Amino acid sequence: MGGYILKRLLSAIPVLLGITVIVFAIMTLIPGDPATAILGSYATPENVARINRELGLDKPVVQRYFIWLGNMLTGDFGTSFSLDRPVIDEVLERFNATLVLAGTSFVLCSFFGILAGVISAARQYGWADKAITFAVLLGISIPSFFLGMMMILIFAVRLQWLPVSGMYAIYGGGGLVDLISHLTMPAIALSVVATGVIARLSRSAMLEVLRQDFIRTARAKGVGERRVIWRHALRAAMVSIIPVLGIQAGFVLSGAVYIEIVFQWPGVGRMLVDAILTRDILLVQGGVVFVAACYVMFNIAVDVAQSLLDPRIRT
Amino acid sequence: MMKFLVLLVRNRLAAVGGVLLLVVVLLALVTPLLPLQPPNVTNTADRFLAPFAPGHLLGTDHLGRDLLSRLLWGTRLSLAVGFAAAMIAATIGAAIGIVAGYFGGRIDNVIMRGVDMLMAFPYILLALAIVAALGPGLMNALIAVAAVNVPFFARNIRGITVGIANKEFVEAARLAGMGHWRIIGIEILPNVLPVIVIAVSTTIGWMILETAGLSFLGLGSQPPVADLGSMLGEARSALITNPHTSVVPGVMILVIVMGINLLGDGVRDALDPRLRSGALTRPMPATTVARDTVPAPRGEGVLDLTELETQFHVGKRIFRAVNKVSLTVAPGECLGVIGESGSGKSVTALSIMGLVASPPGVITGGRADYRGEDLVGMPYDKLRSLRGDRIAYIFQDPLATLHPLYRVGEQLREAIQVHHRVGRAEAWGRAVDLLRSVRIPNAENRARAYPHELSGGMRQRVGIAMALANEPDIIIADEPTTALDVTVQAQILSLLDDLRRERGLAIVFITHDFGVVGQLCERVSVMYAGRIVEEGPTRAVLDAPAHPYTRRLIACVPELGQGRRRLHSIPGLPPPVDNLPDGCAFAPRCDKAQDACRRCEVTLDTAGARAVRCLYPEEDLSVQGGTA
Ligand code: SF4
Repeated sequence: MGGYILKRLLSAIPVLLGITVIVFAIMTLIPGDPATAILGSYATPENVARINRELGLDKPVVQRYFIWLGNMLTGDFGTSFSLDRPVIDEVLERFNATLVLAGTSFVLCSFFGILAGVISAARQYGWADKAITFAVLLGISIPSFFLGMMMILIFAVRLQWLPVSGMYAIYGGGGLVDLISHLTMPAIALSVVATGVIARLSRSAMLEVLRQDFIRTARAKGVGERRVIWRHALRAAMVSIIPVLGIQAGFVLSGAVYIEIVFQWPGVGRMLVDAILTRDILLVQGGVVFVAACYVMFNIAVDVAQSLLDPRIRT
Repeated sequence: MMKFLVLLVRNRLAAVGGVLLLVVVLLALVTPLLPLQPPNVTNTADRFLAPFAPGHLLGTDHLGRDLLSRLLWGTRLSLAVGFAAAMIAATIGAAIGIVAGYFGGRIDNVIMRGVDMLMAFPYILLALAIVAALGPGLMNALIAVAAVNVPFFARNIRGITVGIANKEFVEAARLAGMGHWRIIGIEILPNVLPVIVIAVSTTIGWMILETAGLSFLGLGSQPPVADLGSMLGEARSALITNPHTSVVPGVMILVIVMGINLLGDGVRDALDPRLRSGALTRPMPATTVARDTVPAPRGEGVLDLTELETQFHVGKRIFRAVNKVSLTVAPGECLGVIGESGSGKSVTALSIMGLVASPPGVITGGRADYRGEDLVGMPYDKLRSLRGDRIAYIFQDPLATLHPLYRVGEQLREAIQVHHRVGRAEAWGRAVDLLRSVRIPNAENRARAYPHELSGGMRQRVGIAMALANEPDIIIADEPTTALDVTVQAQILSLLDDLRRERGLAIVFITHDFGVVGQLCERVSVMYAGRIVEEGPTRAVLDAPAHPYTRRLIACVPELGQGRRRLHSIPGLPPPVDNLPDGCAFAPRCDKAQDACRRCEVTLDTAGARAVRCLYPEEDLSVQGGTA
């Protein structure tokens, strides 16, 4: 087991390096002049030359990549010019908020998605199946940002059940209850699409498994239908559901960008959009690399979970 | 193709989606011709007019621009951008995928590594990075969304291409000296194209949504031109005071994406052959029963099947898998049921405890009595309490029939605990004992193994142990040794025989192998095309088969130790059971067939302990007097 984890961790190294290369390539090779962007109307030739020297832009590309990579490995992601603050500090702070949001959403969509999928499969062609199938269709068709806006209108403005936006109340905020009341709407809005996708896949995975011989064996043993479904079938179906959970985690993380904008959530997605609009290249670079790296790590965790579940792939 | 369209139209939801989409696309196409107000002309006097205001059907936005006009122009733009992004991604992705899949080797390796890396990013992050580098703008958003989707296409298309590149006709083209690019153009591309089309149709909804999303963030289309996303983005600041400006573009996005999804689902369902054949339906806990009349019980043995009929209903076709089969098993007796695959012997066995997958299986007639109680009509709960407790099964391939993710000891323990209230530890102890009783060495450790860690013979011993778990009266063994090699087969057979003698078990042994029947069974029933064609004491049948089919089956058995048993030596195949010939079903393959055989139903004639369904039997049983 330990060997398997180590192997997966080692295999992540080239992927992580690849990510840095891709991000660096996008940011460097695509035409555009960061110095002019930073300086705006102060862009005299002397100033541009000075900024280029400060950013190391006068050196050859390959050398610049390794300097950038080396700095990142020591935790130095550079300084954001628009915030005048080390990129890593800002990213870490923002990423925390995103983690709370996306993590909650991920738990919600995994739980309800699998639940709905299993019920749907167990009651195939029954009314529950039809209701779930329809809800799923609606769920995967509604853009999360539109859903979020409608939720604000209904639950925050009309019914006044929940706060409109933000992560904590500005006055007297803080504490878990405050966080939860702010978190509820964005977390749900963010999880809806993924819930639908997971429900759909769980349904077909369950249907596939329910036809297998070992299910017939369980029934021949006299195992009750509930246990057949929730134990025998779901356990086997999880083998194909878990990779989907991994993929959906990526979509949840992506969708967080929209939800953070709609609900003014102080996360990394909103930071990235702001950074793009102010052309704060270093902040974008640092944020993207950091989040992508976290996602790679998360996927390793998914693989490990998979190997815990399925003894056949433990090697 | 026609069939596909018919299926698509028959799928009502898909039709709804198609119509929705058609309407939206048509509206978008004719937008420039409609008498609309100019979409980008501001009129601050008319700000935030509510819908149905005179002259503005959907009202106006924060700059007093007509929302209907902006909506239609925005839809046009969103559709165009989404479509363009999909086409670009599909073209580039497919090109990369085809090159990687066709050339293989190093090229493939390098390309797919790159694709994997791109896929390691959370979707939108990459798009944001690209927009960050290019700067905000609709064209740049389009490029970003297309670029992000390239890896998806590349991977899909590569998979298909690899399959095609190894086919004979490509090989032939290569040998004929055709150049690589010509082969790709003439042989590969036409075969890959349908897959590309499907991939585009399933992703185009996403593309529209993603570009709308980037515009919503302010990174796509720039004022005053607006697609649906930026309309929604601009309306957000007035969400609370004037929600209609948000609802209008939002609902339009919803309608478009929903239409695409509905249509896409319909296409997918219509293309999936498994859905058409009903192969993706979930089998019910017990086989459906639809009997018109129930025959009288016979009450002879511990298990009596009386005129049992099981059919498979697939669409309009009816397969008569089991056709009025009657069998009797006395306590402690071993009955062999023998026939080729497709003869209905396994379905007969599964019908007894309602284990035939249903749909498509239906028990349409007859009864199966266990100690005088009809299993077929029994309520599910009662049937379940007998399953594995009084009547247990051993199945053919233990690798498929044991749960792959549970330790074998767990599975045995469960078999015990389903029927007995015993603690976990005690049940585990019994499970280990069971493994010992089927002569598994080192049972404590083996109990902790997973099925894939055991050899085929060991796995089947586990299967037998599971059947024995609750000391049943009857074991139904459905080809339990077929998947095993000859020596292991012999061991398993002698194990079963010993267990039967020790415990007084009745066994129904389903097989295609007369050699096995000869070793184990006192009596044998021969099945052909869903019917019993001969039955009698094993020795008598083996020595003097009465049915021509039985004689041929016996002739197929080589002497023990002469390698694999084979059955193919009977020329021809059993008839399809949805289209049985009139008269004797064996007639097309029978060397003694006469016209009379084909004219009318041949009955099963009993003489003493034996019976045969043949007009011109090999042995005249009535003369023999059915000596047993
Ligand atoms: S009834 Fe006729 S065709 Fe059928 S097995 Fe007997 S001889 Fe052959």
